[in-house]
Amino acid sequence: MTLDKCIAVLFLTVSIVYGYASYTYPLLPFELNMVFLPNTMPLALSVLGILISSIIILSKKQVPAESLTDGDIDFSRLRDYNWGQALGLLIAMTLYAVLLRPLGFIPSTVAFLVGCGWILGERRLHIMLASSLIGAGTIWYLVQEVLGIFLKPLPWFMG
Amino acid sequence: MLEGIMLGLETAFSLQNLFLVVFGCLIGTLIGMLPGLGPMSIIAIMIPVAINIGDPSAALILLAGVYYGAIFGGSTSSILINAPGVAGTVATAFDGYPMARQGKAGKALTIAAISSFCGGTVGAILLLFFAPALSSVALLFHSAEYFALMVVGLSAIAAFAGSGKVAKALMMTIAGLMLATVGESALFNAPRFTMGLSDLQSGFSFVTLAMALFALPEALFLVLNPNKSNTSANNQAIKDLRITKEEAKKIAPVIARQSIQGFLIGVMPGAGATIASFLGYAVERNIAKGAEQEEFGKGSIKGLAAPEAANNAACTGSFVPLLTLGIPGSGTTAILLGALVALNVNPGPRLMIDNPSIFWAVIISMYIGNVVLLILNLPMIPYIAKLLTIPRNYLIPFILFFTMIGAYIGQNNATELLILIGLGIGATLLRFADYPLPPLLIGFILGGMMENNFARAVNLTDGAAFMYERPMTLGLLLVGVLLIVIPIFRKYRLKTNSINVADGD
Repeated sequence: MTLDKCIAVLFLTVSIVYGYASYTYPLLPFELNMVFLPNTMPLALSVLGILISSIIILSKKQVPAESLTDGDIDFSRLRDYNWGQALGLLIAMTLYAVLLRPLGFIPSTVAFLVGCGWILGERRLHIMLASSLIGAGTIWYLVQEVLGIFLKPLPWFMG
Repeated sequence: MLEGIMLGLETAFSLQNLFLVVFGCLIGTLIGMLPGLGPMSIIAIMIPVAINIGDPSAALILLAGVYYGAIFGGSTSSILINAPGVAGTVATAFDGYPMARQGKAGKALTIAAISSFCGGTVGAILLLFFAPALSSVALLFHSAEYFALMVVGLSAIAAFAGSGKVAKALMMTIAGLMLATVGESALFNAPRFTMGLSDLQSGFSFVTLAMALFALPEALFLVLNPNKSNTSANNQAIKDLRITKEEAKKIAPVIARQSIQGFLIGVMPGAGATIASFLGYAVERNIAKGAEQEEFGKGSIKGLAAPEAANNAACTGSFVPLLTLGIPGSGTTAILLGALVALNVNPGPRLMIDNPSIFWAVIISMYIGNVVLLILNLPMIPYIAKLLTIPRNYLIPFILFFTMIGAYIGQNNATELLILIGLGIGATLLRFADYPLPPLLIGFILGGMMENNFARAVNLTDGAAFMYERPMTLGLLLVGVLLIVIPIFRKYRLKTNSINVADGD
C-alpha cells in the first residue's frame, strides 16, 4: 500500500473515532433543546471524513508520476536523503522543548543552536557559539525587556 | 468633507505625528518579522506607550503605523522562510515562498511591498470618501451572510486541488475543520475533544499549527534533501530585485481589483484581512487563464500580489466600522477600541462630529503610514533578502529556533512546542504522500468562525432555511460553490479533450 493510502486509512480511523466521540458527546440538559448542538458540526465532519478517505482508499487511480517529482521530493533518491541529520534535529528540538523552562531561555537556546549546527556538520564552534549567544541574547532582550513578555533567562538554580 | 480633510492634514503633518508614524512603522515591521508576534500582540504591547502620549490622535496615528508595519513584517517571514506568523499572510506564503526558493526573494518582497502600498492607499482613499456611507452597508451583514462568506473563503482550497488531488485537498480541509473544533468555542459551554488535556482547553494555537505545517517541514526538507539547499536560492537571493514592465502590467489589474475587493470585505465586521486574502487569491486564480493559472502555488506574481493588496486594503477597511459605528471588526481593532476608550474618545456615529480632528487625522495618517512604509522598506529589501544567503549550517538552526520561539511566546507553554514537533512530523509525512497542506490551515482558520456563524444563524432562524431564504446568503453560497466547481470542471474538460485528441491522432 502506498503512503498516501496508508494516510487515508489512518484518517478514516481518526474520522470514525472522532465521529464516535461526537456521537457520545455529553450534552448539557438545556443544550438538548437547542437547534444547533455542540456536536452537530463534528458529526457532519466525521461523516464527510469517512466518505472522502474511503474514496481515496478505494480509488484505483495511481497518482501521476510527474506530480511525485514536480515538487520538492525526489522519490528515486530517498536513500541519499540525510535522514540521520533530520532525526538528530527532531531530537534536539524535543530536548529544547523539555529543557527550555528548567535550563532557562539563554543557556537552552545557545545549546540548541550550537547542537543543531553540530548535527548539520558545523565544526567551527567558536563562530557558532558567538552567533548563538548574540541571537539568543538579542531575542531575549527584545521579548522580555522591550516587549515585556516574561521569558526566564537563567537556569532554575540561579533564580 | 474638504474642511475635515484639511483639518486631518494639519494634524497629521505635525512634526510629532510624522515622527510617530515613522516610529510605528519601523517597530511594527521589525517585530512583525518574528513569527508568533502578529499585529494584535504588537499593538497590545504598544498601548501603554500610546496612552502615555496623551493626545488621542497622536496615539491612534502611532498604533495605525504599528498595524501596517506589523502586517508588512509578517509577509516578510512568510516569503523568506515560509513561516506565516499571522493568519492574514498565510496566502502570501502560497506563492511568495516558492518565488524565494526560485531565487526571486528580492522581487517577491518588492511585489509584496508595492502591492501592500497600493492596497493600503486605495483603502485609505476609499475610507476617506465612503466611510460614512459604507457603515450602513456593513450592518446589512448578519451571521447567515458571514457563514456564507466563510464558505466563499474556503473556496480558496480549489487552488490546491491540482491533478489527482481534489479528494486529497478536501480531506485536508476536513482535517483542518476537525482540528478547529478542539477546545472551547465561543457559543458552547464546555471544551470539546480535549482528551482531558488542559493544554488543549483553548484549542490548537494558530501560530503553532502554521509553523508546524509550513515552516517546520520546509526546514526539515532543506536538511533531508542535500541538493535542495545547494542549488537553492542561496546564491541568487538578491538578484532580480526590479519588477519588469511586463510584470507590472500583469499585476496592476490584480492589485486594483483586490484593493477594492479587500477593502469591501474589511468593512464587514468580523471578516477581516484573512478572508480578504484567501478570497483575493481564489478569485484571481479563477480569473487567470491557462498557464498563468497553473502557475498559482508555484511562484506566481499574481498569486503574491493578490493577497498582499487585499489584506492591506482590508486592514484599512476594518477601520470603517470602528470609527463610524464603534464596532471593532477584528481582534486588532478591538484592541484599538480599548485604547481609544482609555484615551477618553468614544468611537461611534458622533466621532465625526465631536472629534473631527481625530477621525480625519487617522485617515490621513494611514496614507502617510503607507508612503513611509514603502520608503522605509524598498531600500531595506536587498538586506532582508540577504538573510537567505546565510550558510545552511547557521540558517537552519535559526529557522528552527524562530519557529519554536514563535509558538512559545504566544502561549508561554512548553507543551505547545511538543505539539508543534508532533504536528510538524505529521505534516512532513503528509508532504511525502503528496497531500496539499494549505487547505488544512485554511480549514482550521475558517472552521471556528464558520461554525459560530452557522450556529448563530440556525439558532436565530430556528433552522437552516436561511440558506435559501436570504438572497444575499444564497448568492454568496452559490459564488462559493462555483469557485470550487468551475476549476475542477475546467480541468476535467481539458483532460477529456486531450484524451480525445490523442485518440483521433
